[in-house]
This record gives sequence, structure tokens and C-alpha cells, in this order.
Amino acid sequence: MSRYFTLLFTGAKSLLVGMGVTLREMFKPVVTVQYPREKIDITPNFRGHTELVRDPESGTHRCISCKLCQLDCPSGCITVNSEKREGVKGLVLVGYRLDFTKCSLCGICVEVCPTDALAFSQEYELAGFTSDEFRYDLLTFLEERG
Amino acid sequence: MIVTHTLPPELIRIVTSVVVVVGFTFLNVLLLGYAERKLSARIMRRFGPMEVGPHGILQLVVDGVKLLAKQFVVPRASAGLLFRIAPLLAFMPVALSFIVIPFSSRLQVRDMDTGLVFMLTVMSLNTVAILVAGWTSNSKYSLFGAIRSVAQSVAYEIPMLLSLLSVVFMANTLSMKGIVLAQSPVWYVVLQPVAFLIYFVAGMAETNRAPFDLPEAESELTAGFHTEYSGMGFSLFILAEYTNMFFVCSLAVVLFFGGWSGPPLPYMEYTGIIWFSLKVYLLLFVMIWIRWTFPRVRFDQLLNFCWMYLIPFSLVNLLLTAVVVKL
Repeated sequence: MSRYFTLLFTGAKSLLVGMGVTLREMFKPVVTVQYPREKIDITPNFRGHTELVRDPESGTHRCISCKLCQLDCPSGCITVNSEKREGVKGLVLVGYRLDFTKCSLCGICVEVCPTDALAFSQEYELAGFTSDEFRYDLLTFLEERG
Repeated sequence: MIVTHTLPPELIRIVTSVVVVVGFTFLNVLLLGYAERKLSARIMRRFGPMEVGPHGILQLVVDGVKLLAKQFVVPRASAGLLFRIAPLLAFMPVALSFIVIPFSSRLQVRDMDTGLVFMLTVMSLNTVAILVAGWTSNSKYSLFGAIRSVAQSVAYEIPMLLSLLSVVFMANTLSMKGIVLAQSPVWYVVLQPVAFLIYFVAGMAETNRAPFDLPEAESELTAGFHTEYSGMGFSLFILAEYTNMFFVCSLAVVLFFGGWSGPPLPYMEYTGIIWFSLKVYLLLFVMIWIRWTFPRVRFDQLLNFCWMYLIPFSLVNLLLTAVVVKL
């Protein structure tokens, strides 16, 4: 008989405690981010597609067209185009094509780069209508970023 | 006033009542549906509907239009006619129950001597509608939902009626208006707190609301008795559910919270409806709050709780009330 009443009181108490929890939550601020209108910062660890880093000294990329990234890429999605120019030492990068439809974001290209010319971007809004939109030219991206 | 000369005033009264009742039913569902979605969202620290209209206030209107425009699919294996009638059967008590609710001392369609009995009878018809819907759907989920609903209502009608009976003993009348008038100094919730608690728990089970929403337990039974319903058939069940919630709460207000009584306002015979609705919607808030706090009970837990706690307690309460009233 005492168990009967103990169950009743402990049960009723736990119900009230539960309702207290939900009532408190009700007045706490909302945590939802209303995405297209509101955006939050991306963590620095985020792996977007790779991008060419702008060197603060020279004002342009640091790529020396050694093609290590192209050789090491397990998906074979990188094509480095470069040419020899009169009066310039070494090769000049004319196009860095990244086929993002194949890229698995493994990061070997970023690791292998001898001049640290590559880095992961923070780009996450990656919706498109055709697959061609995901065959990037990183050199144009660098120029567009200004 | 030519209208009053050509038409009997009684007819005008009936027509106005019907129009107001149906209009109010839909308005109430819009309000409650919106409140339910917003409150559940706030409890989970979400926003809830935000896109349609400012803060999503038109969301329920859009949902209603969508449901109206949808096809009412009748499964080939179902019992066609009864399957179509069941949603109407669920919705019909809605219009009937409004007849006896005293919104204020002048705003009541009819004050019957047996108003309370009438209201309880009509409200329990909802179970019949659920049984018909579940049986005629010819689907396992629906049938299980219907069976659960019946077992649940058999268990919960008893403590509900017993707890209301102790109020009736004190008021010495079954008329809704009489009960409101009988609690002019103190509300019955002060004198009969146990009866109120029992009534509220049983009412929650009566309306098939969480944590007692076993007839439509979505994790086990898809959608329970309305699994096979679509379009307007489905929305009639939802309308009935929300309106039933309104009735359970307005009955609680009439019986325990002094109906329309409150600080006096100008034209109190009519404006009492403000106090009445305020109390009803406060209780409805508690109902929604409870729904989004507690998980669903298991079926044996539900029946155990009813037979082991609610019925003995309501019986003792009734006995004590009878003794006190007699003294």
C-alpha cells in the first residue's frame, strides 16, 4: 500500500519536473538559423573545394606549376596548364582546372604542394543545374576574388 | 425590421447559431493549430512556421486550402459508404456540443436542464466515429487504432463521469448555466481540486491527445484510425480533434473555473465571453504544453493508471463530497 502512494507521488513529481524543463526551454532563445537570410561562420576546418591562395607579398598565387597535385590526385580531377614565357623564370600558370564532380576532398593536393599554393575554401553553397558548373578553373576564381 | 416580421425569430436564432458555430469551429482550429505548431517549436527552440505571412500566421490557412483541394481517396477494400460517413460522424458532435456551452450569461444557444449529460453524451460519440473509421478502412493499422480508442474510452469515461458527478452534487444541477451560477463565491477548482485533476487527465485521454494518443500512435500504427483517410476526410478528423480539445477545456472552465465570471466589464452579459475564452485558451495552452513534454504511455500503463489510480480516487472523492454535501 505504501508503494502505491510512493509511485503516485514520485510519478506526479517527475511529471511536474518535466513540465518545468519544457517551460524553461520555451523562453530560451531560438537556436534555428534561418539559412538563406541568416548565415553563421563556417569552422576553419571546413573542407570546401580547393582554391589558390593569394600571396600577400606578390598579390597573386604561389603556384610554380610543378604538377605534383595533378600527379598525386587519386581521382585524377586536377589539370594544371602552364606555358613558358619569354623573360619569365620558370613556368607560368595559365589554367588550373579542378573537376569537382570527381573530387573526394581528400586533401592530398593541399598537403603535397611545395609552395603552399593550395588551401581549402569556405565555399559551401554548391547547388547547380548542370555538371559543367562544377568543373572549376581555380585561376579564374582567384582573379574573380579580386 | 422586415426580417423579423416575415421570419420567426426562433428560425433566425437557429440560423445565426449554426453560422457562428461553424465559423467559430474553423477559426478555433486555425488558432489552435497555429498555437500548437508555434509552441511545440518554441519548446524545441525552433521557430515553427515562418514563411507564409508574417511569422507564418497564414500557414494553417494554406494547409486548409491544400487539404480541401486534395482528392478524397477511398480504398477499394474499404466499406465505401460507411468509410465516407465516418468523418462526418466525427465532425457532427462538434456542432451539437456548442448548443449548451454558456459563453456568457446571454451567449448560449440553449440552456438545457440536462446540459452536462447532453454534452458528455455527444462528446463520447467521437469514439463511435473512430471505431467506424477504423473498422471500415479495412486496414490493420486503422483497426488497431480503433480498438485502442474504444478500450481507452471505456477506461476513461468512468473516472471522468465520476469526477464530474461530485461537482454536480455540489451545484445540485445539471444545467451548464446553473453550474456556473452555483460557483459565484468560490470556483469549484478550489473545493474540488482532485476532481479537476482527474477530469483533466481523463479529458486528455478522451481527446486522444499525447501522452494518451494511442489510437494514432504514429510510431506503431502509421496514423492509427485515419491512416486511410486523405483530403477533406482527414481534415474533418483533425477538425473534430481540435474542437474536442476546445470542448474538454470549456467544460473544465464551466465546471471548475466559474465559466464567464471574472472582473466585471461593461455589458457583462455579453462580454463575459472574453473571460470565458481567456480561461479556455489558458487550459488549452496547458494541454499543448503537456503534449510536447511527455512521451506516449504504453497501453497497459494507460489502463493501469486508470483502473488503479483514477477510478479509486474519483470514487473516494465522490463519497467524501456526498458526505460533506449531506452534512
